[in-house]
Parts: sequence; structure tokens; C-alpha cells
Amino acid sequence: MADIAAPAYRIIPIIPALKPGAMEGKGPFVASDKINEAIGFPGHLADDWHDKAIAKMGDLLSKYRSLKVYMDACVHCGACSDKCHYFIGTQDPKNMPVARQDLMRSVYRRYFTLPGKLFPKLVGARDLTKEVLDEWHNYFHQCSECRRCSVFCPYGIDTAEVTMAAREILDSVGYGQKYSLEIIGKVHKIGNNLGLPAAALKDTLEGLEEDVKDATGIDVRFPIDVHGAEVLLITPSADFFAEPHIDSLIGYAKVFHATGTSWTVSSMSSEAGNFGMFIGNYEQLRTIALRIRQAALELGVKRIVVGECGHAWRVAYSFWNTLSGVGDGADPNDRFAQMLQKQLDHRYKQPTHICEFTWDMIQDERLVFDKSLNDKHIITFHDSCNVARGSGMGGYPGGQFDIPRNIIKAVANNFVEMDPSTTHERTFCCGGGGGLLTDDLIDVRVKGALPRMEVLQQVADEHGVNFMACICAICKAQFTKVLPIYGFDRKMIGGVHQLVSNAIKLGVK
Amino acid sequence: MNTLFAIFFYFSTLVFVVGLLYRIRTYANTPAPLKIPTTPAPTTKGGVVLRMTREVVFFESLFKANLWTWGLGWLFHASLLLVLLRHLRYFTEPVWGWVVFIQPFGIYAGIAMLLGACGLWARRLFVERIRYISTPSDHLMLVLFISIASSGLLMKFAVHPDVIGIKNFFIGLMHLNIQSLPTSFALYVHLSLVYTLLVIFPVSKLLHAPGVFFSPTRNQTDNPREKRHIAAWAAQLESEK
Repeated sequence: MADIAAPAYRIIPIIPALKPGAMEGKGPFVASDKINEAIGFPGHLADDWHDKAIAKMGDLLSKYRSLKVYMDACVHCGACSDKCHYFIGTQDPKNMPVARQDLMRSVYRRYFTLPGKLFPKLVGARDLTKEVLDEWHNYFHQCSECRRCSVFCPYGIDTAEVTMAAREILDSVGYGQKYSLEIIGKVHKIGNNLGLPAAALKDTLEGLEEDVKDATGIDVRFPIDVHGAEVLLITPSADFFAEPHIDSLIGYAKVFHATGTSWTVSSMSSEAGNFGMFIGNYEQLRTIALRIRQAALELGVKRIVVGECGHAWRVAYSFWNTLSGVGDGADPNDRFAQMLQKQLDHRYKQPTHICEFTWDMIQDERLVFDKSLNDKHIITFHDSCNVARGSGMGGYPGGQFDIPRNIIKAVANNFVEMDPSTTHERTFCCGGGGGLLTDDLIDVRVKGALPRMEVLQQVADEHGVNFMACICAICKAQFTKVLPIYGFDRKMIGGVHQLVSNAIKLGVK
Repeated sequence: MNTLFAIFFYFSTLVFVVGLLYRIRTYANTPAPLKIPTTPAPTTKGGVVLRMTREVVFFESLFKANLWTWGLGWLFHASLLLVLLRHLRYFTEPVWGWVVFIQPFGIYAGIAMLLGACGLWARRLFVERIRYISTPSDHLMLVLFISIASSGLLMKFAVHPDVIGIKNFFIGLMHLNIQSLPTSFALYVHLSLVYTLLVIFPVSKLLHAPGVFFSPTRNQTDNPREKRHIAAWAAQLESEK
């Protein structure tokens, strides 16, 4: 751990030369029997793992068109080969998206295609051996499912879909990753990824009320389990205790306060994150999402608003309607979804991102800001991968880029963009997404942050940028850890609503 | 030789058509349980059609990725299309007006196609990353296209087989009537390679052609909040409770 060092910046951002085997290794910790069994996976690798893995692969190929088409369609053109931040940072050729996919495609060809059965060498097909399984465990946990490669693929092949399938196969034979599976166990049992029990959550929120009172003199409430509130806030549990996340939570509360919105969090469903997506398991993804449905029904809320979290927003925006009915437009005979959709207020998009909420209120002139309170910051914005490439905002393509920037410009005077080849849909992952935010993967996390750090350095040098705003709990945690390794101040990273919180004037309207 | 090439023709065409239809049916019948368009994505069906058209006609994503690969790839595919259309003259009588019109362009396209394929192969051979990801079949596929284009151009510019005879042979085949095929080594090579291509099409990476239309990241509408999307096997989970 002590010898973790940042890779050198590239003088010109050229495509790095290959260093085969650079990231070979065991990969992250394997989940223990206890962790596996708690969420219904086999405890450990058993003798029949090979046949079970192949059967699982066949099952997934029949359930997911994405996987089926993506296994067949790749022509090895190399368009994606220099697009992955982990490849750029590690130079390991197996971190090229196409090579990562080929770790699985080679097995697909061997067991599911005629040429692979007849002429394996010719088409790069291979048996699924224990060595191959180990390789999967290692390299499919060097992918953050950020989808940058899918932007550039002429067939839209999304390595995230392949990584998810690989992880699901690993889980199905008891060879999954400790970090993600342990967290999934916690959310099932306690209601959030951090394992924060209801009593602790209540204490924290009360403490926050006191802190904000001390700082502003105003009674900003942080309500919990309030029946009949208009808004249910679903936010990553890191917002309740981690720095700098908590400053954004204070920002949301101030926005709700200033606009007179009645809101609540739920102690039963106190997590926006959904690691079910990281492991590609539909049942886990769905079961976790159903807690939000249950909380919404029990509390009788009209709106569901989601806090600053990248993958959570992808799950909420793109998947919640499918998984749990949080959304609109269900078939009239769809009783499961209608039950909830009848309760929700469809003058608003369901679910709503906190940035959509705040931006609407800014446009309605219901919020007042003193922008000079953010003058100590020269701000840039880091687009989080799941928001940029896996979701939307504002109901139009690209709203997810405009709305957070609009908010920043409404609450602060100094805003600078980073290199356009690294923002919007071309943004680079922070390096810690997709279930990689764990200390046993710190090496790949630091290296994967390289492309973002390079362009941050650029705007820091040229424009004096000293604050990088984002809207993702994982980005915040990851950068807090890696910024110092690259020689930056760890406090440079923060949330958009942290800036809102700094500048908002309470008790004016 | 006539019978042999006739049998090859029917066999490879059959494998191509049946194999391709089978693959397309598999893609179409495999559910896409989640909304996964790569955003920003169109929010309407019309927008999706436009996005897919840009992807298929102009290779939009590849253009964003790498200009060399895009240039060579587009040159190769556009030329291949023209060359294929030009070959319609061997299967139609009278030859349609627009096919007559494109004949001279088709010849240039044959040369362009050869250059494109050679360029792509050079990339595969000399760019370290692309060489690393290439399997023997990736190289052979380009060799196949290069050989098809070369043998075709050879007949156009050097050996000049009896094209009227060739046309009679194929018109005959279309009426299940086997005529004699002119004797030409270049022709035999050209036809054998094309038949090979047809046979391997449904079991190879050439499936990228139908595949792109079924790619959920490109063909899905970005409207998950507005309309509930659910696959049959996933809806099953709701009734189990």
C-alpha cells in the first residue's frame, strides 16, 4: 500500500505502448463463504464450476440481446483500443476494451460457435480453465463499466455489458468479489451500503440540523420517515457521513427549505446506490430497487428525488421504471407498476435528479444566491460516467451535461471547462467506479485516474482551477483518495450542491 | 467444372441465406431486459432511425474514434457496396438502367476496395495494439477480401474471360439451368473465394453487418422514465410474488 505512486503524466497525450502482463495478478479479494451465502450465491468454487459457468453463460446469452450481439459483432477494428482509462494508466493490453471482451469472447467462441468448436486456434477460441477464470476475476475487476468504449464502437459494443456478464458468471460459481457482494449483503439487511442503522442515521440528521443552525442561524430540517411528505429523497448513504459528500446533502436540504418543499428520507431505504448493477445480476438489482418502491408506497410520497450519485442515477433513470415501476407510462393492466404510478405526481419526471429539481427552482426564481460566496473557488466540472453515458436529465439529449453546469454558473462566478476530449460523453471515469472503490484495488484505481488528473493539471496550471465539482458519491470518494497521490489537495473535489450550499441565501423569499 | 461451380453456388447461397436468417431471428428473439442506450441518445423513434442511419451510412462512432480506421473502413465498405451493385449485371437481363450507369464507378470502386482492405491489413500488421488483438482469422478475412478484389480486377484489366459466357452461366443458374462456365483460372479463384465468403458469413465476425441493427446501445429510445420497458422473463418475477 505504501508504495502506491501515481504514473507520470504523458508529455503529449499519446497512446501508450503495450506492457503485456503489467496488471497480471490475483485481482480483488474473493468473497468468503459467509458473504456469498448471505445473498444466495454458492459459498466457494466447487468441483462442477466449469459446467455451471458454461451453463450460466448460455443462460445469459439467451436473456440479454446485448451480450449475444456483442459476442458476435466485434471485428477487432481497434476503435476502442485506446479509449479505456485503465489501459491508458496501466498500459496492460488486456485492459484494452476489445481485449477485455475477448477474455470472454474466446470462451464464447469455443463453446457456442461452430468455428470455435472446429478450429479454436484459428478464431482465437479457448477452453474455460481455472487459469482463464482467474484471468476473468482479475481483469473484469479492472473495468469500471463506464461505457466510454461504447461511445466509439461502430456497433455500440458496450464492455460494461460483458463485464457484468462475466461477474455474474463468477458469482454463480462462488468466485465473486468480496467488496461488492459484502455491500449488497448490507443493503439487503440494513437498507444502505454502509450498514448505517436507523438510529445512527437519525442521530446524524439531528446533528446536521444543529450544525446548519449554528452556521446560518436558520432551522433547516433533515426529516426522516415522515409520512405524507411530498418528496422522498433517495441519496447515496455516503452523503450521510462522508466528506465531502455531506456538504451536498446540506445543499439539498437548503434547497428544499428555501423552496418550502416538504421532504423526507427513509430509514428503511436509505441508499441510492445499487451494486446489483455492478455485478450484472438482475435479481439483485431488482430486489435492491424494490426497497425504494416500498418506501415510496409506505410514506405516500408524490415525488422521488435522487441525490448526487452516478451509477445510482443510471439505475434510477434508466432502470427503476423497469425494475420497480418508479416512472410513468406503464400499461393500464400492469397492476404492479400502476399501484405506484397512480400515487406519483406526473407533472414532474419520476424519478427526478436533485440537479433537475434545483435547476427548475432556479429557473422559477425561487432561489436566491450570493455568487461571491464561491469566489474562492475556480471551478471545473467532472462529468461522471454513468450520468454522462448511461442516463439523461431534463428530458432532452445532453441535459445531463447542461443542467449541472447551469447550476454551477448560477451559484458561482468562476467556471472553466477541461479539455473537451475528456468531458461530456467523452468523459473519463474517476478510476473508482463499477465496484472498484476498495483498498485492495488501489493500484488500478490510482493508475485509472491518470487521464483525468492530466487534464485537471492542465486547467490548474492554465486557469488556477482549485475545485472540481461532480455529482457522484464514488467520484468524490475516489478523488479524495487519489488527488493527494497526484499532488493535489484532497479538498479540491466536491459536489455541485456543496457549491449551492455555499451560495444560497436562506430566509430571503 | 460447370456442375461443380453450380453446386457450390447453390450450396453457399443457401448457407448464407438460411444462416443469416437464423442469426437474425436469434437476435430478434433475444430479449433486451434493460434500457441501455449510450447517452446522449434520441428520445424518439424517428431520432433512433436517424442515429442508426448515421451509424450505418457514415460510421459515425468510428469517425469519433479514429480517423485512419474510419477512412479506410468507410472506403472499403462503400466501395464493396458499389462493386456488389455493379455485379448485378450478371444476374439481370435486361440490365437495369442505374446498374448500367454505375458500371464505370464500380471499376474504380474495385480498386478503392482493394486499397481500403490493404490499408486495414497494414494497420492490423503494423499498429501494435491492433496486432495484439488480431486472431489468425482476422488476418485471413482481409486476405480473403484482398484476393477477391485482386482476382476480380485481374479479369477486368488483364486476362479478360468471356463475360457474356459468365453472365449466361449465372442467368442459367437463376433458372435452375446449368450452362457452361467459361474456362478461366482467375474466374475459378474469384468464384471459389466468393463462395467461401458466403459460407463463413453467418458464423464469423461478418455478423457485424446484421448485428449493428440489433445493438441495444444504438437502437433503443432514451425514454425510460416516460414509458415502462419490461422483458417477458423479467415480468415473470413480478407475478411470482
